[in-house]
Amino acid sequence: MSTATLSRTAPAHPAAPAARALVNTRYIKVELRRVARNRRSLIFGLVMPVAFLLIFGASSDYRTQMISEHTNVTAWITVSMALYGAMVAAVSGGASVSVERSQGWTRHLRLTPLRPASYILAKLVGALALGAVSVAVTLVVGAAIHAQMTVGAWIGGALLAWLGSIVLAAFGLFMGYLLPTENIMQILGPLTALLSFAGGLFVPLTQGSVFYHIAQFTPVFGVAELVRWPLGADFSWTALVNVVAWGAVFAAGAAWRFRRDTARV
Amino acid sequence: MRTTPAALELRGLVKEFRAPGAVVRAVDGLDLRIEQGEVVAFLGPNGAGKTTTIDMILGLADPTDGSLAVLGGTPADAVAAGRVAAVMQTGGLLRDLSVAETVGLTGALYGRDVDPLPYLERAGIADLAGRTVAKCSGGQQQRLRFAMALVPDPDLLLLDEPTTGMDVEGRREFWSAIRADAARGRTVVFATHYLEEADAYADRIVMVSHGRVVADGTPAEVRALSAGRVVSAEIDDDAARAAAVDALAALAHVDSVEERGARVLVRTGDSDAVLRHLLGRTAAHDVEVTAHNLEDAFVALTTEGARR
Repeated sequence: MSTATLSRTAPAHPAAPAARALVNTRYIKVELRRVARNRRSLIFGLVMPVAFLLIFGASSDYRTQMISEHTNVTAWITVSMALYGAMVAAVSGGASVSVERSQGWTRHLRLTPLRPASYILAKLVGALALGAVSVAVTLVVGAAIHAQMTVGAWIGGALLAWLGSIVLAAFGLFMGYLLPTENIMQILGPLTALLSFAGGLFVPLTQGSVFYHIAQFTPVFGVAELVRWPLGADFSWTALVNVVAWGAVFAAGAAWRFRRDTARV
Repeated sequence: MRTTPAALELRGLVKEFRAPGAVVRAVDGLDLRIEQGEVVAFLGPNGAGKTTTIDMILGLADPTDGSLAVLGGTPADAVAAGRVAAVMQTGGLLRDLSVAETVGLTGALYGRDVDPLPYLERAGIADLAGRTVAKCSGGQQQRLRFAMALVPDPDLLLLDEPTTGMDVEGRREFWSAIRADAARGRTVVFATHYLEEADAYADRIVMVSHGRVVADGTPAEVRALSAGRVVSAEIDDDAARAAAVDALAALAHVDSVEERGARVLVRTGDSDAVLRHLLGRTAAHDVEVTAHNLEDAFVALTTEGARR
């Protein structure tokens, strides 16, 4: 056949510049829609923390038992559960790269102008969006069961729980790249709960105990301590170091696996 | 006038993989130039290096040696500009999305808002717009991949064994959609191990074996290579046989003439002419015609490449 007559001079629809931008709002929009539709992550990220709060925090003793002048035990549990919800949302959001890898989606993305970093960003936005909703819902339920704390504690606790969950999003990403399986949350769900116990999120740790010393080195300890700081606890440098260190470890791990995943062979 | 760069230009392309204790050469010095607007079948048995070559063209893998240019540039440039798109064998779909959403999301990947419907229509799956990807059959998913590949309106479309696992009907529908699209002037390169597919849908067939090109031509040319027959007959008299061998070798479409004792074997693309000659002009007897199976010829051609 004659190639001269049929050759085309330029593509009719070249990739728009938006395709190469770091923030691909169109992709993020679809990602948010997918998060909102994912029944499983809604149950684990929204329903479970609220259910835990109602089961463990609604006792009338907790309502009257004060841990500081303006703060009752119910508030302590509310903030803890808000963090737990945000963490589960973050872990499952990050770990969803595992599912999309096993479906060949990340490989497909390499055949498109979308930058790998834009993909990770969309994943993080999705995870943080679900985390934000989870925190908000948990706090509303906490208020309904008479959690008492200062306005600063409501706001500070909410923000710290939400932003602190980024550490766990990095953890989810790292694991998502490390474990190529469709059912990754069956491993990471229980693991997150275990780390929450170990980090003293569900049950307060006795300071000075052997367990406390071990707990300081586990990844949830730092965020759990920081989230309670606005409730009247002392600011803990140990907690901050814990958060920064684990955040760095998980982010480095995720970046390492991510680079391997996008490397050409 | 500006000269258009070749759609694909591969020179001495080599790809080696390290296996325990050995180095495997999946692609072994492949030379190939494909002009824009061609519809080319990349034909070869499994393990011939087709997928590895496509991976390199798409920038998913780096060549060990040699060079390649996609539309005159690097694979990465072609991908970033949306000038090349691919339909892979498996994967590359999000199962929780609907068919229409998948095409919409593909638009997002190219930084555009797109109406999915025209693409679905061209791929012949407009009726499936609302169906979840997970509920689509293999053939329907393949046509969805095709619809996605149309979104950037690429200059070069690569298809890697696109009809594997499709039934006959699905295969025919898929190819008619591809064919209709190629008629608009898009360069289409598809890998396949189905001879009939290459024959029916390509303008040019590039046959690869063991990572090299072993045949390259129009389907008619390749068919002539593969659709030959062997005509054999006995001619008892030595002098008459020698004369017949010379005369047969001079006939059109005769690939080779071989003597085995009193028997003469003629490989030909035109067995009728050979028969007419043998029976009409020689004292040949016990004539046999064996049709070369397409697959046999294919195997013969591809194993020849291995010995080279």
